[in-house]
Amino acid sequence: MKRLLSGNEAIAMGAWQAGVSVASAYPGTPSTEILEHLARFPGVYAEWAPNEKVALDVAIGAAYAGKRALAAMKHVGVNVAADALFYAAMTGAEAGLVLVSADDPSMHSSQNEQDNRQFARFARLPCLEPSDSQEAREFTLAAFDLSEQFDTPVMLRATTRLCHTSTLSEVGERRDLPARTGKYPRNPAKYVMVPANARSRHPLIEQRLLDLAKFSETCKFNRIEMRSSSLGIITAGVAYQIAREVFPDASILKLGMVYPLPAGQIRDFATRVERMIVLEELDPFIEEQVRLMGVELFEPSPDLGYSPNRKSIFPLIGELEPGVVRSSAIKAGLIMAPAEKAIETMLEPGITLPGRPPVLCAGCPHRGTLYILHKTGLPINGDIGCYTLGVTPPLNAIDTCGCMGASIGVAHGAAMAGDAERHFAVLGDSTFFHTGLPALLNVAYNRSNVITIIMDNRITGMTGHQQNPGTGLTLQQKETVVIELEPLVKALGIPRVLTVDAFDVDLIEKTIKAWLKEVGPGVLITRHACALLPEERRTWMSLSVIPEKCNGCTVCFRIGCPAILKSTMMDVKYNRPLAEIDASLCTGCGICARVCPRDAIPTREQIMAGEE
Amino acid sequence: MSSGKMNFMLVGVGGQGTLLASDILADLGVRLGLDVKKAEVHGMAQRGGSVTSFVRWDAQVFSPIIARGEVDILVAFEQLEALRYLGFLKPGGMLLVNEQVIEPITVKAGDALYPADSAMSSAFERVASRVCRVDGLTLAEQAGNVRTVNVAILGALSALLDADPQTWLEAIQAHVPPTAVEVNRTAFMLGREQALQEV
Repeated sequence: MKRLLSGNEAIAMGAWQAGVSVASAYPGTPSTEILEHLARFPGVYAEWAPNEKVALDVAIGAAYAGKRALAAMKHVGVNVAADALFYAAMTGAEAGLVLVSADDPSMHSSQNEQDNRQFARFARLPCLEPSDSQEAREFTLAAFDLSEQFDTPVMLRATTRLCHTSTLSEVGERRDLPARTGKYPRNPAKYVMVPANARSRHPLIEQRLLDLAKFSETCKFNRIEMRSSSLGIITAGVAYQIAREVFPDASILKLGMVYPLPAGQIRDFATRVERMIVLEELDPFIEEQVRLMGVELFEPSPDLGYSPNRKSIFPLIGELEPGVVRSSAIKAGLIMAPAEKAIETMLEPGITLPGRPPVLCAGCPHRGTLYILHKTGLPINGDIGCYTLGVTPPLNAIDTCGCMGASIGVAHGAAMAGDAERHFAVLGDSTFFHTGLPALLNVAYNRSNVITIIMDNRITGMTGHQQNPGTGLTLQQKETVVIELEPLVKALGIPRVLTVDAFDVDLIEKTIKAWLKEVGPGVLITRHACALLPEERRTWMSLSVIPEKCNGCTVCFRIGCPAILKSTMMDVKYNRPLAEIDASLCTGCGICARVCPRDAIPTREQIMAGEE
Repeated sequence: MSSGKMNFMLVGVGGQGTLLASDILADLGVRLGLDVKKAEVHGMAQRGGSVTSFVRWDAQVFSPIIARGEVDILVAFEQLEALRYLGFLKPGGMLLVNEQVIEPITVKAGDALYPADSAMSSAFERVASRVCRVDGLTLAEQAGNVRTVNVAILGALSALLDADPQTWLEAIQAHVPPTAVEVNRTAFMLGREQALQEV
């Protein structure tokens, strides 16, 4: 039976079928749903780890204990987990170990674009890359076998368009794995990577890579599809689908195993086609290796000499789609340009389309804090999460944002550099647990002046409401300890800790002003649950503006709430629009009411008192 | 339009239910015995952001992404979004547009102007071979739940395709909670009737 499965669902199903016992991950687009699906299968332990490095260590430990294990993360998560990845490449394990890396070409939801096939080469690991959900399921299943056959972690590389595309896939049953009898390994030569042992492991790893290259020649996931011999395309992943669409007559060497490459098969394919090209997304990963093999690729332009980042035909940047591939192919002379279609000018000259950027939701508990911080005029070092959206006007409240946990370290560095201004670091609860902890420890230990604001909305927000160590629930919805931020921060060596309600803008402002006059670090925890959580939704009520009191002063416009509109009514004295509240969006958080200098917006409490 | 090879693009604003509508449309393709791919991008799609998805039906579908200029039917849940993605339509493609206007933050903040009705209409008429308008919000209110706008729009889409309404209703039923089946059925039929009257 075939079902529509997203790539992420298919990876989860493949892992379950393979008999996976333990799965660990930190949420990150586009990988998040892999663990969310896997957590619902019977017989699987699945967890959210506080970060990707921990997640991979957990999977490695489970595989050392003889249980099939999986870790899943977005591309930049592998940067965090790289330390673990490299020792696991050295040790191997006692049972199948699979790392799913979900790359995000075009950065739909990421801070940088990177091609994690490079990590496979870097760490000497086999890498499988599926092109649809059917393959995502089959390759995941096979990755566990491959891992055990060669005693190596296996990387399954996915991309946004694999993860978040639903295609028809067979569904299958879980394999019964024989019960393991062995004890946890006492094998220091293999599992204790002190230099002496590591030195004797390294040659084995290089030999393993050669063995894997041999395996790649006969791997059933690498196949040649002969059609016309005039053009041959080496391709993999979602790029294969685009190749089939743009070049329907071309012959294709479809690689399912993208590292190490099947050199013999590539040479053989080259002899069967007149011109050979590589169609791959992001880096020239296959292209460079094919050139290194001494195999000739079709070159549309004369030798341009050395370039550190050249792809000869298709773009290096952004995800591939049929339009881009077609125009690159026309430019390279591979296909004929279609007869000129009459391209309609869509808009009359002079009409521009207003953008629709993502914004902090109406009722977002981050808004008030960001508004107050911006008012100080001081530098605000941001982090990865919903609050990064505070960068947009009118809040303009984020000055730097790099990666998970960067806010505190960056602020500390600026402070230690003797920067003339006092620095803020802003991050969420889940991001603090992820990598904020050691950075805050550093602030305390090395004694900088940084004021850190932990915006605790009681959930991991941006990726769609995942549990974290502060929420009291696990991924599999088991009740657990709630890790409290205040004692944790104090234990890290920061005595000045205060928790306030995130909507109490007056107290937040007063506290920040007072702390700015004092020397030494502080941690302000602004706490209120995300407005989109079910229990918060139940408390939504709409506020409204009393037109007689409003004079259009614009203060409430500056909090950047999508529920606050410019009214068609004008203030007579100043000839400017009054404020109006969109009742369909307002949640009644009351930040606008608190910042209004004319008390023109009754708060939720005032309305309820009036009704009594 | 015959319900064989079809490229649909669904566009709207976060929170309007475009993704559920895409799920239903993809499921319908499977029920019609076709190969189907449905591609969407999650992540930064907060409430208020622009949301797009592709649904493709064919004997065999390859690319999950549809190139500009190759969409058969653009299903727009909001007028500005219809305008934004009009260039994806193929020559001769159709536009189904919900008459709802949702001002983006850039317009609310007074930094940009929402295009005038006349400018949008003339662009729609010039690019699309046929423009089908549906008042999804009013229909959803009539059906008894404003959250059924997406299914009312699918009802209108059903009038442009061959597939039998019963198959549509089965696909809808598979994707909404049991308690919401009836209100969604009503919304679907209201959308379908409105579009059929326009034909």
